Amino acid sequence: MTSITAEKLQTQWVLPSRGRVGMFALIAAESGIFVIFVVAYLFYIGKSVSGPTPQSVLRMPIFYTACLLSSSVTIHMALKKLGQGSSRSFAMLWIATLALGATFLFGTATEWHRLIYEHGLTIGTNLFGTTYYSLVGLHGFHVILGLVCLSIVAAFSLLGKVNQGHTERLDVLSLYWHFVDAVWVVVFTVVYLIGR
Amino acid sequence: MSTDSILWPQGKTAIRPFVDTLHDWITTVDHKRIGLLYILYSLVFLLIAGLEAAIMRVQLLRPHNSFVSPQVFNRMFTMHGTTMIFFVIMPLVFGFANYLLPLMIGARDMAFPRLNALSFWLTAFGGIFLYFSLVGANGLYGAGNAPDVGWFAYAPLTSQTFSVGHSTDFWSLSLLISGFGSIGTAVNIIATIISLRCPGMTLGKMPLLAWLNLVMAVLVILAISPLTAAQLMLVADRYLGSHFFDTQAGGSAVMWMHFFWIFGHPEVYVLVLPAFAFASEIIPVFSRKAIFGYPVMVAATVAIGFIAMSVWAHHMFTVGMSSAANTFFVLSTMAIAVPTGIKIFNWLATMWGGKIEFKTPMLFCIGFLFQFLIAGLTGVMLGTAPFDWQLGSSYFVVAHFHYVIVGGILFTTFAAFYYWFPKMSGKMYNETLGKLHFLLFFIGFHLTFDFMHVPGLLGMPRRIYTYEPGRGWDVWNVIVTIGVFFQAAAVLVFIGGLLWAYFKGKSAGNDPWDAWTLEWSTPSPPPVYNFAVIPSVRSRRPLWDLKHPDDPDWKYE
Amino acid sequence: MQSSVSKNWCVGRILRLVLVAFAWPATSCFAEPARSSWSPTNIFAPNSTPADSVFGLSIFVLTVTAVIFVIVFALLAYAVLKFRKRADDDGRDPPQVYGSMQVELAWTIIPLLIVVALFLAAARVIANVQRPGLPANAIEVVAVGHQFWWEYRYPRLNVVAANELHVPVSDPEHPTPTLIRLLSADTDHSFWVPRLAGKTDLIPNHPNRMWIDPHQTGVYLGQCAQYCGVQHAKMLLRVYVQSRDEFDRWIKEQAQPARANDAISRGQRIFQTTACINCHAVAGTVANGRFGPDLTHLMSRETIGAGAARNTSENLRLWIRNPGALKPGCLMPAMEMSDQEVDAITAYLQTLQ
Repeated sequence: MTSITAEKLQTQWVLPSRGRVGMFALIAAESGIFVIFVVAYLFYIGKSVSGPTPQSVLRMPIFYTACLLSSSVTIHMALKKLGQGSSRSFAMLWIATLALGATFLFGTATEWHRLIYEHGLTIGTNLFGTTYYSLVGLHGFHVILGLVCLSIVAAFSLLGKVNQGHTERLDVLSLYWHFVDAVWVVVFTVVYLIGR
Repeated sequence: MSTDSILWPQGKTAIRPFVDTLHDWITTVDHKRIGLLYILYSLVFLLIAGLEAAIMRVQLLRPHNSFVSPQVFNRMFTMHGTTMIFFVIMPLVFGFANYLLPLMIGARDMAFPRLNALSFWLTAFGGIFLYFSLVGANGLYGAGNAPDVGWFAYAPLTSQTFSVGHSTDFWSLSLLISGFGSIGTAVNIIATIISLRCPGMTLGKMPLLAWLNLVMAVLVILAISPLTAAQLMLVADRYLGSHFFDTQAGGSAVMWMHFFWIFGHPEVYVLVLPAFAFASEIIPVFSRKAIFGYPVMVAATVAIGFIAMSVWAHHMFTVGMSSAANTFFVLSTMAIAVPTGIKIFNWLATMWGGKIEFKTPMLFCIGFLFQFLIAGLTGVMLGTAPFDWQLGSSYFVVAHFHYVIVGGILFTTFAAFYYWFPKMSGKMYNETLGKLHFLLFFIGFHLTFDFMHVPGLLGMPRRIYTYEPGRGWDVWNVIVTIGVFFQAAAVLVFIGGLLWAYFKGKSAGNDPWDAWTLEWSTPSPPPVYNFAVIPSVRSRRPLWDLKHPDDPDWKYE
Repeated sequence: MQSSVSKNWCVGRILRLVLVAFAWPATSCFAEPARSSWSPTNIFAPNSTPADSVFGLSIFVLTVTAVIFVIVFALLAYAVLKFRKRADDDGRDPPQVYGSMQVELAWTIIPLLIVVALFLAAARVIANVQRPGLPANAIEVVAVGHQFWWEYRYPRLNVVAANELHVPVSDPEHPTPTLIRLLSADTDHSFWVPRLAGKTDLIPNHPNRMWIDPHQTGVYLGQCAQYCGVQHAKMLLRVYVQSRDEFDRWIKEQAQPARANDAISRGQRIFQTTACINCHAVAGTVANGRFGPDLTHLMSRETIGAGAARNTSENLRLWIRNPGALKPGCLMPAMEMSDQEVDAITAYLQTLQ
């Protein structure tokens, strides 16, 4: 007999959900990686020996930033609807999130195209190019990962397989998406506000 | 999944085909099996990295020796360091954490079993990938080369200019891959400890091993991320033409140092906190007393975790930082000595007034206390920056960190092996062989690492494949090398002893040590589900409460 | 059960043995500054103010840590001996003590005070060494680290030398220190001559500075202390501390271009028409390569290959034929020359006094 018996506990034994804890831990790890790239960016401001400068080539991506930040709102609303049981509204809001995120990614792509072909700025051009492409690229990579996950959920949703019981799990996924947005706020501040 | 014992072959039914057993082990998500996989993996690499050390020591037996070429020697110290840190000690730490944590907190498994398996296989692949460099680094033409840039791979030595071929890439990529595995394990440990404790086990009631592994996991997350970032930057420099560490383009070699040591210093606390965990579980049991000052031990652990993030540049005192920066890092480095010292005193106080039994696990723990004291004090010496201007990058540093890692961490890990082997296998090890292992290793350790301090004091830098005669270093190097053979013999006794015990040892029973934490309430080895009924606890030592119903811990906590 | 008495005797004996073994070399290293017979690179035989400051701090730190060690070790040994389980034990667990706030406070506050003391001592030495007020007559040297040799330039004195650093001795009454600026041409290096100062790194794109003021003439040894590649082990340092007169004389000689020869020797011709001049410089001739050491006054040096070998005729010949024989992995290639060509070049180089 291996049970350890003690007096019955008066209160219920409730611990934080492992999904949330796990996701926060993962977010902490990813934040650590971003912090280092941000530090490198800040340290190298003004230190490029040659080549294009941020002031001369960067344009503030206001519209695309608005898209990405709105997608946080839509995903939050989507999960609220799912929690209330309206799978239809959930699906629409979820796909809106997907679309807004994809638009942001498209914006990054066009920005890079302009920088490379019109201004000749690549990751190897100078320190600005190195730090800009690596930081924005790392963020974009995380957006892509997020979009892949969102697409999978969207596919299941369109097949009618997502219901109210999945709210908690999708909530954990939305934490990741909010993190991606928060990182963009930091990247935007560092690259387009401080660095220019 | 069968409920048969994990390790002990009972053989009442027809023998299963080996392929089936192999398949079970490769696809397992059971924390106990994954833990054992980590531990066995690390033992293999311990032998390999030990061989690399022996090769170096033979080369350094006398000045201008030609046992190996400079190129081979440089690969040896790079591989020895990288292997020992990433593919021996970290897997050992993760292996024991995996095995013990769910059992000690009354859970059935880790929070994310499949992530657990993925993390192990990523780490394992990383190590194999690193060693593939021996054949693969130069591609198809000629034999490959292992990395030779040192385990901390300072820029710009690692740039394409100075490291041609692919050996540095094997170093970089293998660490990137196993880094993801480490982060996965850390996420798992944190989620397990926070979310899966059994009823009644508040954070203030869980075993110290759980606390120490929790702080360790947080440090892994905070430390491996900078390493990952730095490796990405290095790979980008080497292949995408970026200039992170390209000094010709205005890049900074010092920045690599900062990023690496922001990883490197917390990393050594990742390695040592689990060692503290083992000591904190074993010393009380063999002193027959509860750990002295549990709340203070927790506070000291958390303090160490915080301060550990702020001391990194004491590895860079000679780099030419401003006097303000140097002074700050002296202060933070000194500060971390305080909670560490508190722990030593608490272990001492645990033994004080107890009834100490000198079984093998306790012998190794006593050795740990003695050696960790010395290691901490040489660390204080190195932490005073001007003293480090002489001692840094010399054999004094090599002696110091081996004192911590071998004299501290490996000793407690051996203690942990002997302490939990009966639980993991159901068999008791041979006490005489255990004591022989201790004696040989103790002698060998001190021959090597005590005397290694001296060449450092006499001006011998590290990472040199040979040295000049007439500098007064010769005799010390000979003594250091002799110690290696004692240690090698000891490790052979260790492995032989474990094998003997596994096949011929007496049955150990549930609780051979009369211990007090939950894992000793399960059969040895535990069934795959750990507990038939999830236990509830009321104090830090649930089994003590059961065994002493008239004097339970919860009356005093 | 096994006799715990004999076990303790065993453990105690080992501990005592280790203590003696550890203490003996430790104390023997505390040589007086003048006695450097233990080793020419003994950090406890300082002969220059930065090394002296470090030495003073190190004695303080060693004393404090030694006292801590003795106290804690005594407590550990006492605990192990006094509280061991006796053979006639009744099998009951001893009284359980869970903690004590006073004791915890005591062994938190005392270490904190010790930490503060050590910190203040270190801070003072850092300030002294890193921000000295150097007199205007300090000799300025620029040291450039290369894989695997040292370049020395005296910008105000118009001298370029390699591998052997000459500085004037410094009288404590009227100090004439030498300020060394540390640069690197390739990877990270570190300048470490233990008897003169702690080490400082040479890092590309990150100039550093250090200073020395040797109190006695002589040759001081050291070597590169930051792994810089294959031949890191043979990037040796030789610092020649000379009297003011000798130093001035050396400077004067080094500032001269190479002795002109009436007949251009065959060796000189080969030197100047093959790849030698791509890497090496000889002042006053067409050779002005910067990748390798300046050879204008090669024969004024005692060693070649940054200390890899003594500067004898035999070694010079061997080096030119195949540098890898003396320093495998060094960056000077073997030029595949015939015996006569090697002889001729050696003869030419030996005229570069």
